[in-house]
Amino acid sequence: MAKPERLPWGMSVQTKETKMELELKNLYDDFRDADTIKAYAKIIKKDAKKLENPINIMEVCGGHTHTIMKYGLPQLLPSNIKFIHGPGCPVCIMPKERIDHAYVLSMLQDVILVTLGDMIKVPGSNGSLQDARSKGADVRFVYSPLECLKIAKENPTKKIIFFAIGFETTTPMTAALLDAVIKQNIKNIFFHINHVTVPEVMRELIDSRDIHVDSYNNKIDAFLGPSHVSVISGSKIYEEFPRDYKRPVVVSGFEPVDVMQAISMIVKQFIEGRCSLEVEYKRLVTYDGNVKAQELVNKYFEKTDLFKWRGLGNIPKSGLKLKPEFKEYDAEIIYKDVLPLGEIEDHKLCICGDILRGMASPPECTIFGTACKPTSPIGSCMVSSEGACAAYYKYGNLV
Amino acid sequence: MNKTITLACGNGGEENNELIRDVFYKAFKNDILDKSEDAAIIHNGELAFSTDSFTVSPLFFAGADIGKLAVCGTCNDLAMMGAKPKYLTCSVIIEEGFQMRDLERIVRSMKKELEINGAIVVSGDTKVVPRGSVDKIFINTTGIGEVLKKGISSNNITKDDTIIVNRDIGCHGAAIFVAREGIEMSSSLQSDCESLYPQVKALLDADIKITAMRDATRGGVSAVLNEWSRQSNICIEVQEESIPVSDEVKGICEMLGFEATALANEGTFVLAVNHDDAERAVEILKTFENCSKAAVIGKVTDTHLKKVVLKSSWGTSRFLDTPSGELLPRIC
Amino acid sequence: MCLSIPSKVVKIDKENEIATVDTMGVQRDASLSLMSEENINIGDYVLLHIGFVMNKIDETEALESLALYKEIIEAMNEEDRRLAILEAEKVNGEAREAALGHECSNQGD
Repeated sequence: MAKPERLPWGMSVQTKETKMELELKNLYDDFRDADTIKAYAKIIKKDAKKLENPINIMEVCGGHTHTIMKYGLPQLLPSNIKFIHGPGCPVCIMPKERIDHAYVLSMLQDVILVTLGDMIKVPGSNGSLQDARSKGADVRFVYSPLECLKIAKENPTKKIIFFAIGFETTTPMTAALLDAVIKQNIKNIFFHINHVTVPEVMRELIDSRDIHVDSYNNKIDAFLGPSHVSVISGSKIYEEFPRDYKRPVVVSGFEPVDVMQAISMIVKQFIEGRCSLEVEYKRLVTYDGNVKAQELVNKYFEKTDLFKWRGLGNIPKSGLKLKPEFKEYDAEIIYKDVLPLGEIEDHKLCICGDILRGMASPPECTIFGTACKPTSPIGSCMVSSEGACAAYYKYGNLV
Repeated sequence: MNKTITLACGNGGEENNELIRDVFYKAFKNDILDKSEDAAIIHNGELAFSTDSFTVSPLFFAGADIGKLAVCGTCNDLAMMGAKPKYLTCSVIIEEGFQMRDLERIVRSMKKELEINGAIVVSGDTKVVPRGSVDKIFINTTGIGEVLKKGISSNNITKDDTIIVNRDIGCHGAAIFVAREGIEMSSSLQSDCESLYPQVKALLDADIKITAMRDATRGGVSAVLNEWSRQSNICIEVQEESIPVSDEVKGICEMLGFEATALANEGTFVLAVNHDDAERAVEILKTFENCSKAAVIGKVTDTHLKKVVLKSSWGTSRFLDTPSGELLPRIC
Repeated sequence: MCLSIPSKVVKIDKENEIATVDTMGVQRDASLSLMSEENINIGDYVLLHIGFVMNKIDETEALESLALYKEIIEAMNEEDRRLAILEAEKVNGEAREAALGHECSNQGD
């Protein structure tokens, strides 16, 4: 007899009676608990026997790819449940053209280019920002965008350009920086915006795969919704997927127990004939999300018509840019004359496009692990530690 | 290989190994160098010989300073070959404008550490360079030690050996990072910088059958285990939950996305000892003040030669790779 | 990149919109500019991302999840125990039959 997934109210009262206090350690250790992981593995194995067809689950977020590979979760799943690794790594999908922008800006004499640590190794046409730095460019990698304020104050004669990257998780922080810049009347901080959004790429992946579905066996049957994008945006942004595309979405936290629970919830949807949006990561994700953060983003940003995703091509309305009234802070406008134009093709042996669409896996690439590895990445998926190829390379063929 | 040297080439990990192999080993090729041990064994196996340079920033941090580090670093490399540190040289390159007070403090630290090792400085060199040519002070120490037990080598590890670590890992790397971020973070974390000769002596005196020892400096424990698996052509299987990590180091790792096994140490070493002596070795180590968490962490097999396998407590496995990239520049 | 981590609020500076948070003994400052004013108190658990507090952790939901996991583990152990007993009974049954069969064939001689 199956146990109900939701506890009756009485159970919560019992929790209070047994006086369990939530400690910080619980939020880490208990969501990585070995016994819980093993228990969910058993539940999933049992339920999966009732599946009519094998299912492929796409995890959109790079953080999930990382968790899945690091904790060896595919080793715990039955053979009729597979992961398809999605493009959820905002660094990986950065097109070469825009990396070249960063490179060119960093080499300007009076510029200090500031960005998040993940951008350090991403190779452009002339090299990465790490290479630029060893050639004398002033490139600073920061933990938080707010560090720009200090750098700007300490270097009043320099122009600080913040190269902003990330999904919905990180966009509000860039907005908060701009907010602070305006409020503090700082005149030497500028922005190069490369923020992208998740639902558009999810739609693109489904649409483009459905065209190819006859030629490949793998199709996306369900989505593991990103953890922290959803904390900001709310789960509401995924409603269209079960409704219009008949793909269940379960928003998952990114500890291994979260992922296993979310997979279990997806499998149960299939065997019970349901198709809906559910939230596993209830401790942090609500339907509406962080409204204040959303308002801050809407104050300063608007959608671009097109944004090119490395390996996936142009996806409409998937990128953000500063609103016209803030153009005095927009590095792309100010430095228009020095920024290189023109499209750059990816390496011809690189199959990142197929990997990002989930139609191939990293070991199938002819240059995986040989010409293309973390110390010398050629394609986008190897570049960041959250890319599928980087995860496969690091955590190995045991998974 | 790149045309210019990048910071990653000094990381103690993959890029570092590539640089050493493709430039230095290629030019200086000889049998002793090829062994790639912590210290060179010379003079008929009687002496151990090693050198190290210290460029750590900041100069003073929780638990130690560049002086203590400079002595520990070289003495530990000698101790790791089963040798008693005896004679050191000390060369310094000082930036114009450096405070005399700081220099004296550094030298005092060195003196204290020499006493713990029972070694003396017999030769040295001092250079002062114009402002901007070095960052405050760089120190090089070279040491000679007397081999007390021959045959300790990272090339000899077999399935008869058990892998042990002498204390909780990652403290130095984590402490340096916290010291650098200074204003924004505060923690009770301290570097583990410590002379290891006393611990090695205790193990040797108790007749522990030691096959190999290596201190887990840049590149951390994962670099050591990978070097061993390649040098001895073995597979090392590690139980993830048995690797001791303190809560504070875990906190830093969580916050910054590091893995404790990739963080540098300056008083933590990995040992390969014969099965029979493993328990005794751990007991002896535990008698030392900072080694209460000494533990067996793994065994040697032949499942995936030249690789290190990390096993989780829920039955999955993955490879533990040599760290790559620029994890933490200028940590030692 | 997606490095968002749970931390505990130990100090709040309302004027500068900064909270000091603690993650396993490591303390650092984080901006509260993405949170509504009344929302955060000392002792709250929050999610930290690149120097900002992103959201508050719902403790009730967290505790309910943990209680659920305990239940699942117990149910799993029950199931394992049950299966182990069944298996043991099956083995005994087969042994008994074998013994009886042996006796019968002995008696038959």
